[in-house]
Amino acid sequence: MNDRVLRVQDLGVDFILREGGLFRPKTHVLKAVNGVSFDLNAGETLGIVGESGCGKSTLARALLALIKPSRGRVLWLGEDLNKLDEEALRKKRQDLQIVFQDPLGALNPRMTVRDIIAEPLWTFFPKIARVQVDERVRGMMKLVGLLPNQINRYPHEFSGGQCQRIGIARALVLNPKLVVCDEPVSALDVSIQAQIINLLKDLQRKLNLSLVFIAHDLSVVKHISDRVMVMYLGRSMEISSRDNMYTKPLHPYTSALIKAVPIPDPKLARSAVDTGLTGDMPSPLDTLSGCAFHDRCPFSVKRCQLEVPALRRMENGDWVACHRAEELDLTIGKSG
Amino acid sequence: MALLEVKDLDVGFDTPDGEVKAVNKLNFSIEPGDALAIVGESGSGKTQAVMSMMGLLADNGHVSGQALFKGEDLLKMSTAELNKHRGREIAMIFQDPMTSLNPYLRIEKQMIEVVRHHQGLNKAEAREHAVEMLRAVRIPDPERRMRQYPHEFSGGMQQRVMVAMGLLCEPDLLIADEPTTALDVTVQAQITHLMNALRQKSNTAIILITHDLGVVAGLCDRVLVMYAGEAVECGSVEQIYYEPKHPYTQGLLKSVPRLDQPLVREMHAIPGNPPNLLALPEGCKFRDRCPHAFAACKEEPPMQQGEDGHIFRCFLGLST
Repeated sequence: MNDRVLRVQDLGVDFILREGGLFRPKTHVLKAVNGVSFDLNAGETLGIVGESGCGKSTLARALLALIKPSRGRVLWLGEDLNKLDEEALRKKRQDLQIVFQDPLGALNPRMTVRDIIAEPLWTFFPKIARVQVDERVRGMMKLVGLLPNQINRYPHEFSGGQCQRIGIARALVLNPKLVVCDEPVSALDVSIQAQIINLLKDLQRKLNLSLVFIAHDLSVVKHISDRVMVMYLGRSMEISSRDNMYTKPLHPYTSALIKAVPIPDPKLARSAVDTGLTGDMPSPLDTLSGCAFHDRCPFSVKRCQLEVPALRRMENGDWVACHRAEELDLTIGKSG
Repeated sequence: MALLEVKDLDVGFDTPDGEVKAVNKLNFSIEPGDALAIVGESGSGKTQAVMSMMGLLADNGHVSGQALFKGEDLLKMSTAELNKHRGREIAMIFQDPMTSLNPYLRIEKQMIEVVRHHQGLNKAEAREHAVEMLRAVRIPDPERRMRQYPHEFSGGMQQRVMVAMGLLCEPDLLIADEPTTALDVTVQAQITHLMNALRQKSNTAIILITHDLGVVAGLCDRVLVMYAGEAVECGSVEQIYYEPKHPYTQGLLKSVPRLDQPLVREMHAIPGNPPNLLALPEGCKFRDRCPHAFAACKEEPPMQQGEDGHIFRCFLGLST
């Protein structure tokens, strides 16, 4: 279980924005991902949560070498993906797959389910026999809970949940080792969400997949992750094991996020206290000094405004980027 | 007298593939100052039901039945008559704030227009009123923000502007269609608190349309659950959350992942998919996905009366 497949070191992705007229062009640097580091083991799930604009999706793309990082490294089985030449990287992509958020939008409306699921096979094994492809496609459809006799249908004939199953089948057809799921259930109805989560968990067990599961919904992430990383303004604020994070978070931002999740129980919901988190996330273009969260943090002190807290390891093996992590007790369920 | 009473509301759409029945014989009512949630999944007809009352159906849509607002039928009104009520007595907040605000106009202009039209205030008075409203929804520095365009606001800020606009004329009824769905949890919590506070302050009745059972629990008094265009259950929040009678409501509640409960190995899911609205099954629409379905479910189940106004459309009087 403890064999590392992915290692991310001090990863940063910058976007250069141009603004202004012809004569006085201005450029801004938007640090979408900044100093993110983590390891991922075989068969493990890392959940990544954060509010919109925190850099989750950019990170996903950088992990798969779909965009070039500005700083840092992504090591897949010890090899730096961004140092590989194009052909070597293409070969590696067999191991690295992605499932997208919008299930219908990610499927070509003019292709049948057979062609959609088979496309990766044709790209990597152009000489493969048609019979073999069909067999493999039908096998995948059964694996993800679709009826193999629907192989000739088009995406619009399926519901959202079924389209997401097709997307998952396509991602898994090459037997990848890592699947990055970018908000795979946020477009689905509640009753269908649970189906897809259960399916992903089940497939992970069967195929020993490593998953990076990106979502903004903390309760969904809790159900699928072994460890969870919380991002804010491109930085990772905390990486903790699932049970620690949801009972005793280390970072004030994590605690605020958890407390903001509405509880579907009228009595509990009414007695719930305000999270106390005011204001909005600052624009990623504004360069804040010190901790990215300091202007919204109820525990902020002088040091937080001056010094960027480094992501550091705590005694129990969890990671946090907060100057005051040791002195704060953020146990969930405690008031204050 | 109820503020709004909806009787036998039917909404359908003509499409090249036949008639889509979006809403089927819907009945409900809401009293002044009440908060009612209409809960259901995509395609359950919750949005189209209120759109039909506001006269906002697409061209191929048709509606029948009654929607009595203070005793007058909204469905029989001409556009001019409707305009006397819309915006002033009934306001609506839409799901996507970015597409509901006019990108070409400053917030100031969009807000002042509403007040001047309905309340006959002059420009300065209208402006003052709008600033006050933006302050109420906790937008910092409202005088400066008024001069800005929608794109200069974040998603949460835009939704707050929408809430402020909805409440400008202190409506008797505020219809909020998934007001927090597009927002992050921290902002969602802020907007929910805000709506609750404003409701208590000005006795505005709220119809909250949502699929998020978490938001409902904190904000509403009563819940109407819809499935495939029909009301399947209606009752107080306590009745719906603690003693749901319809198997769909039960399944929906169980499939919400919860942070406050210990993890289970497998999440509860409702098997199957919602029915096709072009070819609805006979009898109970939930039959194919229901764990308790039996022979009688091929017939249309009756609306049963439970305790204290709790109603549900099922042959079984299931308790949890």
